[in-house]
Amino acid sequence: MPELTLAPEDWQAIALTAKLAAVTLSILFVIGVPLAWWLARTRSRLGSLVSALVAVPLVLPPTVLGFYLLVLLGPQGPVGRLTEALGLGLLPFSFPGLVVASTLFSLPFVVQPLQATFSAIGERMLEVAATLGAGPFDTFWHVVLPLSRPGLLSAAVLGFAHTLGEFGVVLMIGGNIPGRTQVLSIAIYNRVEAFEYAHAHLLAGGLLAFSFVALLALQFINRAGVGAPGMLRGGA
Amino acid sequence: MGRILLCLCCLAASLGAHAGEVLVAVAANFTAPMKEIAASFEGATGHRARLAFGSTGKLYAQIRNGAPFEVLLAADSETPAQLEALGLTVAGTRSSYAIGRLALWSPDPARVDAAGRVLADGSIRRLALANPQLAPYGRAAEQTLRALGLWQSLRARLVLAESISQSYQFIASGNVPLGFVALSQIVRGGALQSGSAWRVPDDLFGPLRQDLVLLRPGEHSPAAAALLRFMASPDAHRVLRDYGYEVPR
Amino acid sequence: MSGVEARFRLQREGFSLDVALGLPGSGVSVLFGPSGCGKTSVLRCAAGLTRADEGVMRIGEECWQDSGTGRWLPTHRRPLGYVFQEPSLFPHLSVRGNLAFAGKRCGRRDPPDGDLLELLAIDGLLDRMPSALSGGERQRVAIARALGTSPRLLLMDEPLAALDAPRKREILPYLERLHQELSIPVLYVTHALEEVARLADHLVLMEQGRVVMAGPVGEVMASLESPLAATDQAAVVVDARVSGHDASYGLTRLDVNGVELWTARVSCEVGHRLRLRIHARDVSLALFRPEGSSITNILPAVIEAIAGERAGDDAMQCLVRLRTASGARLLARVTRRSRDLLALEPGMVVYAQIKAVVPVI
Repeated sequence: MPELTLAPEDWQAIALTAKLAAVTLSILFVIGVPLAWWLARTRSRLGSLVSALVAVPLVLPPTVLGFYLLVLLGPQGPVGRLTEALGLGLLPFSFPGLVVASTLFSLPFVVQPLQATFSAIGERMLEVAATLGAGPFDTFWHVVLPLSRPGLLSAAVLGFAHTLGEFGVVLMIGGNIPGRTQVLSIAIYNRVEAFEYAHAHLLAGGLLAFSFVALLALQFINRAGVGAPGMLRGGA
Repeated sequence: MGRILLCLCCLAASLGAHAGEVLVAVAANFTAPMKEIAASFEGATGHRARLAFGSTGKLYAQIRNGAPFEVLLAADSETPAQLEALGLTVAGTRSSYAIGRLALWSPDPARVDAAGRVLADGSIRRLALANPQLAPYGRAAEQTLRALGLWQSLRARLVLAESISQSYQFIASGNVPLGFVALSQIVRGGALQSGSAWRVPDDLFGPLRQDLVLLRPGEHSPAAAALLRFMASPDAHRVLRDYGYEVPR
Repeated sequence: MSGVEARFRLQREGFSLDVALGLPGSGVSVLFGPSGCGKTSVLRCAAGLTRADEGVMRIGEECWQDSGTGRWLPTHRRPLGYVFQEPSLFPHLSVRGNLAFAGKRCGRRDPPDGDLLELLAIDGLLDRMPSALSGGERQRVAIARALGTSPRLLLMDEPLAALDAPRKREILPYLERLHQELSIPVLYVTHALEEVARLADHLVLMEQGRVVMAGPVGEVMASLESPLAATDQAAVVVDARVSGHDASYGLTRLDVNGVELWTARVSCEVGHRLRLRIHARDVSLALFRPEGSSITNILPAVIEAIAGERAGDDAMQCLVRLRTASGARLLARVTRRSRDLLALEPGMVVYAQIKAVVPVI
């Protein structure tokens, strides 16, 4: 049995993965929070349409999604032509490309729990805030977000964990380039293909343990939040 | 957006700075030997090979959509030919770098006999192979079974894997007792690593030629040209044989 | 004196609202009617929570909305307090936090008004979370919070309806004290007559999205045309002053505009003002001053009008409106047979025998 230590390329992959998950999660929140809020509030038909679109990555096999993203963002694709015309170059096989892809495929994991939480808040709390002189943004910041804390946490953990673990889309759009687009899940795949199973187990075990701890922590925090309202204190 | 642009510029600059680097798209089933070859390539030439692994189909889709790969080492000969037809390669650079061999394998040392008679003795309940429509090794396995006249009788017992890697995993994990794999998956230093195997004779299936080609982004790269030469060197051939590949004539 | 003008037209599936209200600039105006009659809709329109198809909302010189000129202030820009039916405190904030939420947004940084907290008896609850409060406590905090915005108008939507009877009894006195302390107009929605009798200065009767009758509570309740007159609940409310106690009989003497009435002893000092409710079913009539009656309160009065006089009216009873010497009005429920036997008609002088006088405050 060879000695098991992580190679520099593994560390590279881990760092890249953490960076990807962090950047993606930030973007997901910037997009997902307003989107989920709109979806939770709107009564228009457009809402159902957007809801379905957001959920597409849940049903589409990742490689299929990856393939279409590749075509869309590639030199012949409409988005690719746009990014090139804007002087941004092409997104596939670059870190920004990974971020775009990760954001799209993790979107339902952030939007859906948020939407559920926002819907559960109900009209009354918003009306109360309005009668107390709070404008829409004020209400969202000081009433909706504090009341949505468990949902926000779920969304963050699910979005982060899902981005960490995704494989099919990032392999397709990123191209498995070490140091640039080779994330942890792909590094594991490489180890398997190279018959370096012990190494693969080590990386996969680490990923598994991390994800498990994150999800477990989420459970605890949510439970604590339900059991003791004092935990939710703060906000305004 | 400005930041993305900046990132891309830095990336481009850093790539330019390492003139002796080549980005190679490698068929997943060639991962292990290519890592060894890349190591000796770096030692021999001073150039660095950055390896990106993926199934040949995915690599094809990526190259068609602007992937920056400079060299492609495919698991078949059709893909490089198609890329050449699309004008995405540098003319006259396509050639075979290895010839694959097929084996019937089981982790059980007593399961497979040296002549492959186990296929016909009626004891097989499940047999793994790569999907013939997706993978060259799958097609070779189908050709073998047809040549032996066993395709019809075994057809209902076949477990199809999406790639030759998955076929190997089905068997190695014990979920399927035996099946067709690439010889390169079970041989090291020219010797069978574990279990029992039958090396399928070359006349039962069409040749498993694995071709490489220089892609457009590598057209003027000295490192890419060096890698192409190195793939035909005795050093590379030694690794190929080690992994059970045949060296192209 | 600045009044409240509220006019709303609203058409929804299966419901239409069309009201035009001119309400006094102080005191409690109660919107009363059966559920589904549009009371709450009026309140929501006034607050801007529902946007009427056409509407005008003015408080004195301030215009909050006028569909004629296109003026529209969203709810959060209207200086109002709103108390919802169910106590809707923010669960993530303590009582103090809930109160501060209101204060901060009307530009007040100082702690909540101590007098108000004391009046509503919530000064000891400031550090509790809403989940640790009783329903009654929550509603009191909600009222204090609504008043914490220094509103120009207080809107209360059945604030007692979600509470059980003991809780209602717990809160009503607070509302009555507020009634006496507040200088801003209050629009109060209820379908409980008890609350009307205790709180209303001005009464608006609503049915099916329309105003049926509106005016000072004494007049509306004494009207024979009001929907209330047709019910068993027909009653008048009169304001009285405690003028003395008779300790030996356990009675209290009341003065209603110079007319003397006796009631069971109430623990109020002489001079205290209180409100009485006199049900029509508790008033009977006699042509001559009864001698040797067990009834203490007997007043001479003139018949102003009689409801249910039409020929062919087959109701057993009719309602008689009386005017006492002091100008106070009474309602009496008598059978049609009695009416005919006594040949009652407007202008006659009769003697009203009042079986029960119920102080409501």
